[in-house]
Amino acid sequence: MKYAVLAKRDLNKWLENLKRKAHLYAPRKKENQFVFRPVKDVRSVCLDYIPTILPPKKYYFPQKEKLVRYSIKPFKTTKAIQSFEDFILFGVHTCDIAGIQCMDVIFRESPEDPNYLNRKNTMTIIGIECLEYCDEYASCASMANHDPRGGYDIMMVDIGKKFIIHINSQKGEGLVAGLDYIKQAKKIDMEALDSVRDKKKKAFRPEFPVPLPKVYEAFDNSFDSPVWKDVGKKCVACGNCTAVCPTCYCFDVVDDTELSFNEGLRYRIWNSCQMDDFAKVAGDEDFRKGRDSRQRHRYYRKFKYPVDRYNRFFCTGCGRCSRACMAKISLKDTISAITAGYAKGASK
Amino acid sequence: MIDREILLEKMKTSPYRPMRGKIVEAEMVTDKEKFFRIKLKGDINLSHEPGQFVMLSIFGFGEAPISICSSPTDKGYFELTVRDAGSLTSALHRLGKGDVVGIRGPFGKGFPVDNMFGFDIIIVAGGLGIVPLRSLIRYIMHNRNDFGNIQILLGCKTPKDMLFRDEAKEWMKRAEIKFNCTVDKADPDWKGNAGLITGLIPGVDINPARTYAVAVGPPVMYRFVIAELIKKSIPDHQIVVSLERRMRCGLGKCGHCQMEGTYVCQTGPVFTYNQLKDFKGECYEKTL
Repeated sequence: MKYAVLAKRDLNKWLENLKRKAHLYAPRKKENQFVFRPVKDVRSVCLDYIPTILPPKKYYFPQKEKLVRYSIKPFKTTKAIQSFEDFILFGVHTCDIAGIQCMDVIFRESPEDPNYLNRKNTMTIIGIECLEYCDEYASCASMANHDPRGGYDIMMVDIGKKFIIHINSQKGEGLVAGLDYIKQAKKIDMEALDSVRDKKKKAFRPEFPVPLPKVYEAFDNSFDSPVWKDVGKKCVACGNCTAVCPTCYCFDVVDDTELSFNEGLRYRIWNSCQMDDFAKVAGDEDFRKGRDSRQRHRYYRKFKYPVDRYNRFFCTGCGRCSRACMAKISLKDTISAITAGYAKGASK
Repeated sequence: MIDREILLEKMKTSPYRPMRGKIVEAEMVTDKEKFFRIKLKGDINLSHEPGQFVMLSIFGFGEAPISICSSPTDKGYFELTVRDAGSLTSALHRLGKGDVVGIRGPFGKGFPVDNMFGFDIIIVAGGLGIVPLRSLIRYIMHNRNDFGNIQILLGCKTPKDMLFRDEAKEWMKRAEIKFNCTVDKADPDWKGNAGLITGLIPGVDINPARTYAVAVGPPVMYRFVIAELIKKSIPDHQIVVSLERRMRCGLGKCGHCQMEGTYVCQTGPVFTYNQLKDFKGECYEKTL
């Protein structure tokens, strides 16, 4: 079975079933925003949501993660996590799936990161395709992440009274097999999918003024652009943009020794390149001084460096950095400013 | 995509787990720097290249990158010389013979010794820069016939800040290494040069095409030293430096050491000027 259908009235039944199989995390409302949370009551799951405050990265790259358990005397180190538990991310947008693919590239590159690999191995992703814009901050069409491009086990598409379910892996197959309310898709369902996708094509338009190759080219020439001074003047260095980014993975390592002063745990915790001590060394030499150069670094880590190194952009277009910015720095505005003068066709 | 079996194997071990390193010798060598000789379990060799670093752990205080100052030809142990400059290094200074630290590594790319065979070598060391360079100097001493003329230019703040003073005398005698030292601030007993290290470079007599220049020192030193070395017509790829950065993992993941798109912990810390000249900033100040 490659394409299946699930009637909307059976969604909660399926969620109950998934909940029994593994830890289930899904979006739900929190005041007027949305968050991924463990599902206690399946009725709280909300599939009509704008990007959650934090991306689901908190589950596969936790904010605080044990690395090593240690004892000082005698000197001993052991595995901090004995086993990794199966979990399902439910209702993930395609932008966030792109974020997971970026993380895969980082942590699979030699030397591999075993914590990430182990966790990824126990993760199942059930996506939901967006059919219209979440809000004005998204730039998923320019980043080409508004349509599903793999990287999931199951993808759901709302076609009215039913969801079309695209099964993309054996893991995914296992989550629908044997359930009488999930049926093979018929021709009429596939036609409905086509018509939904046709309508979607009209709903999404590139959000950047120029196509991606021009954005890259503009970045290649904009290291000394005055735009960074402007962005730096606005920035308050709160680090929100990096905390909410699905492709930011910088971390710090901290030790937490127990009261015995002998045993403890070494953790890694999320860190932000926007903090002023991020690139400072012991003698107080700072290799990235100023908010302007730190913001520039953040943008270059999305639109330039990973393209050179990993062959992909590390912006997913989710819009979280703009949504969460205390100083209202907008990614779309910054890209517009950087690419001003890079007309659609012409080279500068 | 790597094979699943290989991946599963890699998921079993953790590169974040330090090895046990026992301090077998510890000695204050200046007011601020302490020297350590460390043995790994079973006296195995660290098997590093000159110029590489280790991540040194003291549980409860954390971990930091530290240059190795012994040569891989010094077997059965390795050595570090560390300035008391932060919470971890201060904790390290409180340790002595018999104490145990955690070691991960070695990490990074060292000095390109294989390419340096047969060349004359100028070593330019500013302040603590002599620490990683000692690894190279000892390597050269132990393979003396593989290298041409060796000149060491050492700069330090005052005569009492000079590291490896007694060893330097031995280098000059035993290995026919030319040694020239300058201090920023001389004291009445000082008989050597006074002034910046850049002042020593114009005076060296070299054949640039067959010379490697290796410079390590504080970031502010590089632009001046590199400018002098270029004036000497040494090719860009034969000018070698080592860069210091904040590091948390050594594995090209944590992001702290990133210099534009390059992870210093993996691609460096040793770079040739040829690699660095196209950086737009973030490596050292380039404009004079």
